[in-house]
Amino acid sequence: MPAIGARLAVGRRMEVGVEGNGQGPVVEVRDLVKRYRKAKVNAVDGVSFAVRRGEVLGLLGPNGAGKTTTVGILTTRVRRTGGTACVSGVDVGVDPVRARRLVAVVPQRNNLDRSLSIRQNLLFHAAYHGVPAAERTRRASELLEEFGLADRADDKPDMFSGGQAQRVMVARALMHAPEVLFLDEPTTGLDPAARLFVWDRVRDLRARGVTVVLTTHDMDEAAELADRVGIMDHGKLLALDTPAALTRGLPGRTTLEVAVALDGTSAEELVAELGVIDGVERVERVAAATGPSAPPRELRARLYLLGEAPAMVAPVAELVVRHRAQLTDVTIGAPSLEDVFIALTGRALR
Amino acid sequence: MSTTTSPVTTPVRRRPAGGPARAFLAVLWRDLYVTGRELPVFLAQVVLQPLFLLFVFGKVLADLGFTQPGYTRVLFPGIVALTAVVTGLQSTAFPLVIDFSFTKEIEDRLLAPLPVGLVAVEKVVFASMRALLAALVMLPIGVWVLGSIPWPASGIPLFVTVLVLGCLVGSCLGMIMGTAVPPNRINVMFALVLTPLLFTGASQYPWASLDNLRWFQVVTALNPMTYVSEGMRAALVPDVPHIRPWVSVLVLVATIVVSLAVGIRLFLRRAVD
Repeated sequence: MPAIGARLAVGRRMEVGVEGNGQGPVVEVRDLVKRYRKAKVNAVDGVSFAVRRGEVLGLLGPNGAGKTTTVGILTTRVRRTGGTACVSGVDVGVDPVRARRLVAVVPQRNNLDRSLSIRQNLLFHAAYHGVPAAERTRRASELLEEFGLADRADDKPDMFSGGQAQRVMVARALMHAPEVLFLDEPTTGLDPAARLFVWDRVRDLRARGVTVVLTTHDMDEAAELADRVGIMDHGKLLALDTPAALTRGLPGRTTLEVAVALDGTSAEELVAELGVIDGVERVERVAAATGPSAPPRELRARLYLLGEAPAMVAPVAELVVRHRAQLTDVTIGAPSLEDVFIALTGRALR
Repeated sequence: MSTTTSPVTTPVRRRPAGGPARAFLAVLWRDLYVTGRELPVFLAQVVLQPLFLLFVFGKVLADLGFTQPGYTRVLFPGIVALTAVVTGLQSTAFPLVIDFSFTKEIEDRLLAPLPVGLVAVEKVVFASMRALLAALVMLPIGVWVLGSIPWPASGIPLFVTVLVLGCLVGSCLGMIMGTAVPPNRINVMFALVLTPLLFTGASQYPWASLDNLRWFQVVTALNPMTYVSEGMRAALVPDVPHIRPWVSVLVLVATIVVSLAVGIRLFLRRAVD
């Protein structure tokens, strides 16, 4: 386990975390610490990461991991205790007013202005940010159209469902063309359809090159939307990489499940020989299928692998053939971000 | 819907100068716009209480002969003072409690490009404007209910000064209430603060006349509203014994400075973790 931790450790990775495109990272956080008043532990405890322009970064972790606090600091709503946090080179703690021009946040809860219509929510937001009148009117119309809100533009937000309010808040956030869009738990509490809509919007934003930082405690969401995922727990960033790279770094988490129709061969013997194939960590027998259609003598086994699963199919098949048995089914079990989380923290995400 | 024309990624043209000042005005404009749209409701809400006080104490009791002739002259300036202070107080306290604890609507303004302290100042400015409007509406209402109101031309500069200070005092105290009181205590708090405030502010009696009721005179001296009421009397009915105007003005200015400083501190504590 410590080996995994070391492999995934984020500290050394920092310097190579951002490819040099001449512009530097849009978001840069170094050794960030936050301790709330009267709290005994740090809510954010020495977090460092950087976000490239146009990248979608997902911060994944359970409630209380420090994700929202990190976003709060970057959006100037939370005062940091230590470290630095910059957006487009502006230190958010030193010059929060300038930083607010560069960021936009879609919060967990609906905080739309209930005294104003949807269109007015967008217009006033832009006015706060100094967008000239003609431009904000045009932009509001375009965004309302694009987000499918045009026909409801004059409705008040209290008539909106959670998913619709979410959509309005994303549109509002884009009114002042922020450098980074922060989405705090964008799909928590949404129904599946609204969730898929938000996912589509984020993919859309990524396609258009908007830099997005999103927090989530849903590993599917992180894997689905983020170019890179940062795994947080107890205020620390435990790992940060692409979902593929994170799961690749998990020995014994990639599995190959095989079904073999035995033809006089001893199951025990086959299991033993599978276990000594180079790259197989261990073999576990799985209950064979039962019922009238099940083959009379079948072995089902799960192989825990040290490396990549596809490369192991050939040696396994070869072994089975040598035993004059028949390979009837092969399933590759890819490790999930959940497995990464378990490997890093020793417990499940939910 | 082509990518090139999409507003999602088009950079926005911003006004180059006057950032925070412009943001401040936009935030103020939002509040004025919302109030303007529901002006009749707003006026009914803030004017009804002073109207009834004026009607019952100034008209009904006077007509029934329970009050001395001339009491309405004492009462009217006090009611204007009460309207200014209480409207100011309610216009900051209520919205702040609701915003910070429930709707979170204020968040979008806290993320506007202006110092968070200026958002607090905007709340005070806006609440004072509401209070000013409510107090000024009491002038025609006074004429309507009482038949006439004391309105000496020589007192108008002092009247305006005390009125503006009274609106600010109420708004600043409301800011403290709205940000200091935990949301679950707010009902109790309003009952415990508002009612004593209404009746210890020398609104319905001149402060000097309390000489025989010494302890109550001391209590009323602690209520900033007393100095608004007394300042109003100094302006509108100078023949009624009153606290010297410069004392009233000085106390009010000092109260505004202190309570605004405290209010902004508390506001910042709520707005930024």
